[in-house]
Amino acid sequence: MSLLAVEQLDARHGLLQAVRGVTFTVAAGETLALVGANGAGKTTLLRTIAGAHRPFGGRILFDGIDVTAVPAYARLRTGIALVPEGRRLFNGMTVKENLLVAGAYGNSGPWTLDTVLDAFPLLRPRLNNRAGTLSGGEQQATAIGRALMTNPKLLLLDEVSLGLAPIAVEAVYRSLEALIKVGATILLVEQDIGRALGVATRVACMLEGRIILAKDAKDVTREQVTEAYFGLQRARRVTS
Amino acid sequence: MSKDSSFIVERSTRLSAAAGIAAAVLVVVLAFGPLLFSANIVDSLTTLFIYLILSVMWNALAGYAGLVSVGQQAFFGLGAYFAIELSYHGVGVYPALLLGALLAGILSLPISPLMLRLRGGEFAIGMWVVAELAHLLVVLDPLINGETGASLIALNAFSPDHRRAYNYWMALATAVMLLTVVFMLLRGRLGASVQAIRDDEDAAKSVGVRVLAGKRIIFFLAAFGCALAGTLWLATSITFQPNTYFGIQWTAYMIFMVLVGGLGTFEGAIVGGVIFFLIEYMFGATGVWYLIGLGATAIVFALFLPRGLWGTLEDRWRIRLLPVGYSLRMPSADADAPDAAAAARERRPTPASLDKHDIAASNSIPARPR
Amino acid sequence: MIWITQLLNGVLLGGYYALLACGLSFMFGVMRIINLAHGDLAILCACVVFFIADQTGISPFVALIVALPLMAAIGFWLQRLMLERSLRGGMLVPLLTTFGLAIVIENGLFEYFGADSRSLAPYIGDFAFDSWAIPGNIYIGSLALLIFAVAVVLLGGLKLFLTHTSLGRAIRATAEDPDTAGLVGINARYVYAVAAAIAVASAGLAGVFLAMRETFSPYSGPTQLIFAFEAVVIGGIGSLSGTLVGGIVLGIAQTFGAQINPQGFLIAGHVVFLVVLAGRLAAGALQARGGLHRLFARRS
Ligand SMILES: Nc1ncnc2c1ncn2[C@@H]1O[C@H](COP(=O)(O)OP(=O)(O)OP(=O)(O)O)[C@@H](O)[C@H]1O
Ligand SMILES: [Mg+2]
Repeated sequence: MSLLAVEQLDARHGLLQAVRGVTFTVAAGETLALVGANGAGKTTLLRTIAGAHRPFGGRILFDGIDVTAVPAYARLRTGIALVPEGRRLFNGMTVKENLLVAGAYGNSGPWTLDTVLDAFPLLRPRLNNRAGTLSGGEQQATAIGRALMTNPKLLLLDEVSLGLAPIAVEAVYRSLEALIKVGATILLVEQDIGRALGVATRVACMLEGRIILAKDAKDVTREQVTEAYFGLQRARRVTS
Repeated sequence: MSKDSSFIVERSTRLSAAAGIAAAVLVVVLAFGPLLFSANIVDSLTTLFIYLILSVMWNALAGYAGLVSVGQQAFFGLGAYFAIELSYHGVGVYPALLLGALLAGILSLPISPLMLRLRGGEFAIGMWVVAELAHLLVVLDPLINGETGASLIALNAFSPDHRRAYNYWMALATAVMLLTVVFMLLRGRLGASVQAIRDDEDAAKSVGVRVLAGKRIIFFLAAFGCALAGTLWLATSITFQPNTYFGIQWTAYMIFMVLVGGLGTFEGAIVGGVIFFLIEYMFGATGVWYLIGLGATAIVFALFLPRGLWGTLEDRWRIRLLPVGYSLRMPSADADAPDAAAAARERRPTPASLDKHDIAASNSIPARPR
Repeated sequence: MIWITQLLNGVLLGGYYALLACGLSFMFGVMRIINLAHGDLAILCACVVFFIADQTGISPFVALIVALPLMAAIGFWLQRLMLERSLRGGMLVPLLTTFGLAIVIENGLFEYFGADSRSLAPYIGDFAFDSWAIPGNIYIGSLALLIFAVAVVLLGGLKLFLTHTSLGRAIRATAEDPDTAGLVGINARYVYAVAAAIAVASAGLAGVFLAMRETFSPYSGPTQLIFAFEAVVIGGIGSLSGTLVGGIVLGIAQTFGAQINPQGFLIAGHVVFLVVLAGRLAAGALQARGGLHRLFARRS
């Protein structure tokens, strides 16, 4: 049985429909990469799955339980954690406090302050610095660490490489690969198609609120994804 | 946006033109008030005009410029105080009433740079401090005899009947003048800019709205208007007791009137003023329970009917009698509109973002592709 | 020596203001609400304690054991039933509803307790007047000293609570970004209600101390709100230690003002508040134009 099942999900911002009838599943241990142009609705979809955005229609099943109406803070305890777009750290608090505040309300499990710091050793010397004073890479590590502190069964990552220097992106992805190796289930939004195909077991492409392509990563070429990304198939259909 | 969907931007409708004419006729009839009505009614109407001034002024401040002041009694009291001082120094009594209010209004100018930089609740209490300070300083004046107060003795030169008529005319003229000024201001450029400030000060600033200048005009106008209300109150009651004039109950009245009528709607403030007047007229200002009722009603309206009675009617029936804004109208009854309206009704916005989405929703109605 | 005594009195009075201001500042810091009923809630608690002491003869200090949890519960439900909904309406609605609440509380208290000024001083015996002599013929009231100590302990304790407990950290996280707080498992509604409970209970404690120090009436609330606000603004909004400094500055200004004129007590406080405010805004405006530096550079 799949860990996450999204069924006919609709999400809106006012009258603007950002997610239109999206259906997909994520199995345990899988890494699903979600790609799509700006404004395709990826962030809205992730936030809706995490409970930060109220869906307009459809269902979200997690571990076989309908969590559609469960508020974000309680959904976290069922095992869904989101690393939000733009990191959204608590900038007035120290790195340690950012990690501890999440640890206090999540589930218990392998991830503790110590194991998170082992996974992100670059944070050790910065523990007592305010999150707002960190570099982009350090902030992203803190954001991922913060989500891990809650010991999630499913980790949602929204554009973790956004605004980072290439070296920092490299470092973040190395730690992600380490996570994947130990069997984490991940739903990852990524603009860089090459990178997405590199880590994912499956790829889904969103266009104007819909998933228009979902395949195993090994069965799909970069060109196919790029085409879907820009909605070229549809354009071709319209002109023909 | 689909290019073919066109709609008409309009400002006045047939209904609003009729309302304008009716208002003008009403003012003309009211001008003959002292000749037509009994003394009691004339006195009551004078009070009503004062309430209308207060209500419209507070609505301009809070409903349009987003400035919730709990210290407008400062100007109410100062206007009356200056009038007494001027009259004591030999200025004719009715000119003194006008000049006193003007002085209080002018006094708001040096205060405004300080207060207008405060935001939200800071402004609210900041104004309260100003009112307290004004009260304390006025009491220091030997002429006022401390909290005992003083009287506008010069008014005794007029017979009660004349006084009643003069007060009535002055109140009517003042109310009509102030309402017209506010109406014209809100209709003009200033109205759009102060509302932009109210909705999002930083955004307004970034598109070039001169935030401080717009607020300052409204602030001055509200100070002057409340001061005029204060001098009119003095004209009707003759005695000036600092405790009464600088009392916080004036703010309670203003908030009640504006919230019940409709915060941010021009007609709403008038409706609220009339309702407040009627409640007081019917039930009498019977002390404690009366005030508890006012406070509780204000809470209920702020929570459950934030657009007030008029604003709710306006939303439901799309009527605008005295339009200060613009409205959009579809040229013909096209199929899109009811459909979109139905969608608007059934959508379930997230709680944190109600307001903005309402605006977004109403903007996107004609733009929906078929 | 009168001036030194006055200075000390001013400092101790500042402790009371800091205690009073702490809840107002805390609520603003966490929920961005300026609670216009803050002073009236303080007076409400004073009335409750007065009622208990008067009816049962229990010491007001003991009555706090009942009164403070009661105030905390009021704060909790105030947030749940009124402020939460107000906040959804935007910046201005909480001002309108808390102002309405202030009117209701004041007049409700008037209805039950009448207009008389009362005091808890008679119920705490000699403690109200006891004082300690320190060398140089200076006397310090023991009650004033107790209030100051409580204020320091409360502000310090609150600071420790916010940094060293998980609930405290949750409050700070929610204050900074309630949306993201939900994403790390914090129930923001609950946290807000707890913050409101803390704020209202601390206001209540201040109200009881006010009632021990001097007389109060159902309409004393607004003045207390203004004092609290002045202390917060003078000390810098959102800083707990700043609140103590602000309270002390206000206390000293008032005590010295009272030496000059009987009305000077209040006037001096308001004037200092406005001067600090003007100074801060002027400094800010100067900063925006490039600081003092630029001002002189441009002249030449
Ligand atoms: N808070 C909001 N209010 C209104 N509209 C929004 C909001 N957030 C997103 N939208 C709109 O919803 C649509 C989907 O946005 P979303 O952020 O989910 O896209 P995205 O795929 O994450 O884009 P990006 O790659 O730029 O992050 C867009 O049209 C966007 O303008
Ligand atoms: Mg996004």
